[in-house]
Amino acid sequence: MFLTFLGVLCGQNVFVALVAQERVATRIVSLVPALTEMLFVVGAGSQVVGVSSYDDFPPEVQSRPRVGALLDPDVERILSLKPDLVLAYGSQTDLVGQFARAGIRVYSYRHGGVGNGVGNVLQTIRELGALSGRKAEGDRVTAQLQARLDAVRARVRGRPRPRTMLVLGRDAMALRGIYASAGVGFLHELLDVAGAEDVFADVKRESIQPSNETMIVRAPQVIIELHAGDEPARDVLQKERAVWSLLSSVPAVRNGRVHLLYGGYLMSPGPRLASAAETLARVLHPDAFAEGDVKIRP
Amino acid sequence: MKAWTLRREPFPGPPKPANDASAVPAEAPSIRTRLAVTIAVYGALAVATCVLAPLVGSTQISLARVFDRSTPFADNVDAQIFFVARMPRVLSGAVVGATLASAGVVMQALLRNPLATPFTLGVSAGAALGAILVITFSTAVSLGALSPVPLASLGGALLASAIVYGLATRPGRTMSTMVLLLAGVTLNSFFSALILFVQYMADFTQTYRTVRWLMGDLDVGSFGPIVASLPLVLVAFAMFAVLPRSLNLLSVGTDAASTRGVDVGRTQRLAFLSSSLATSAAVSLAGPIGFVGIVVPHLVRLMVGVDHRIVLPASALFGAAFLVGCDLVARTVLAPVEVPVGVVTAMLGGPFFLWLLVRRS
Repeated sequence: MFLTFLGVLCGQNVFVALVAQERVATRIVSLVPALTEMLFVVGAGSQVVGVSSYDDFPPEVQSRPRVGALLDPDVERILSLKPDLVLAYGSQTDLVGQFARAGIRVYSYRHGGVGNGVGNVLQTIRELGALSGRKAEGDRVTAQLQARLDAVRARVRGRPRPRTMLVLGRDAMALRGIYASAGVGFLHELLDVAGAEDVFADVKRESIQPSNETMIVRAPQVIIELHAGDEPARDVLQKERAVWSLLSSVPAVRNGRVHLLYGGYLMSPGPRLASAAETLARVLHPDAFAEGDVKIRP
Repeated sequence: MKAWTLRREPFPGPPKPANDASAVPAEAPSIRTRLAVTIAVYGALAVATCVLAPLVGSTQISLARVFDRSTPFADNVDAQIFFVARMPRVLSGAVVGATLASAGVVMQALLRNPLATPFTLGVSAGAALGAILVITFSTAVSLGALSPVPLASLGGALLASAIVYGLATRPGRTMSTMVLLLAGVTLNSFFSALILFVQYMADFTQTYRTVRWLMGDLDVGSFGPIVASLPLVLVAFAMFAVLPRSLNLLSVGTDAASTRGVDVGRTQRLAFLSSSLATSAAVSLAGPIGFVGIVVPHLVRLMVGVDHRIVLPASALFGAAFLVGCDLVARTVLAPVEVPVGVVTAMLGGPFFLWLLVRRS
């Protein structure tokens, strides 16, 4: 009772508090790809009995049954896997109720919005470690990630911090439909760790769709595009980069500092965020990284 | 089908057979004067909007610096804002607004239904399906100034038009507006189902981007896409130019029109093709921006009456001014965050249209 009360007071820590008295989850279904990654990284991969339709990392998830995702969770399928813990999105309130009635514990993951920062990711890893009976490993992984982030921050400390626009989406071959990271969320924080000022830091939202006018006025010194897919052929890559030449007054365009990065790890709010921070830092401050110092570990 | 409610007033000018050349001089002065006055007034409004709109935005720019030749273009931020960000936006707003409003007029006359819009017959749903497929599967096929998304939406729009046209026309017979409507509405639902299916299978971020595309966007970034859309738009407007007199008679009913010498089948085909081409071009340029195609024609009819010879050019000019104005609101009201222009047209157009409906019924 006291523990629960304490948990309510501490918000997210409610799960850690409850775990102290509850049994360890041995059959876990994850509807959130980033959380699946966290389970694997704390060594609880063998306890994962079902994953979402979007899971693609680590490669072991390919062998797990798929049970839908945010919009289309397959409740029957999930129940048939006899889980003792389901990891769901915080917005899936109906689902949470359904599993509560079935007597299955649900971990509801807060995604998006103000709380979706690096701290939230690390805290979630710790909580999942505890829930899956691998508290020590969860703490160790979290400390390691924090150390890597601190190392990146230390390496770029004292260097000029370029005003950077982090582009999360754009229509193919055109400067249209652009989404950029704004002043809230883990990508915004990673940019800060990697030694850059977000040009949209003042916009307190996770993303913004800037018009061409806004981009010209904000005049970023560096533009970094993140793409979740694989790197395309060389000529396509060149054409995609060339669409920016339209905004020739933007310093990033004028100085050839438009970078297109590819890889699923770049946008995943999970254990690979330290790798994303390292990649961003290398792109932003290439001279701060002598060959082989900080490894890029996607 | 009931004749539509807004058509209660008598036609200005005596209805004459379309091929009766001797009838033209008698009524010409009055309609010519009215047309000249209409074009002058609405043209002035459209031109004024298009000249003023690029001067206003989320940031202050100095006109002197915009046209300052001593600074190279690449370094001149004011000139870049004016020529790269604002001018293409205003021009595409004018083209899309004029095109959708005219297509709306023609579609309402063709279907003899005041609720018809340029999107009623499935053109926009076809365009949306094309765009959404490209966004979801990240296809990188482009053609000249047409980047993948506009290219695919143009293809989808033309495909949808071709299907509806094929279903509704029989050689040597007039189109049945009932079949046209049913085919269009069914195709709309069918494409919408496909769109939902693709969205459902897609990634969150892609779904989000497709939803955004559906709200419309005039920030085309350069003159290239506008120029690329012009051939279709010009062909459509050339067809619009010969339609008004026949549309006047057609909106009374196909039988009445044909007894007065209108080649009903030809007029219907021309009306369908022109409005479909115009809508396809507009949607591929800026996405399916709603309400322009329905509100502007009605608003213009309230002001100038129901003669298509006046309504069509007035709607084109007023549509241009209306959409450029809406986009001005869209890009400034919450800057630097943008309101999708389709949201602004619907927010301004929706309540107005309801008021119109209540007042008229």
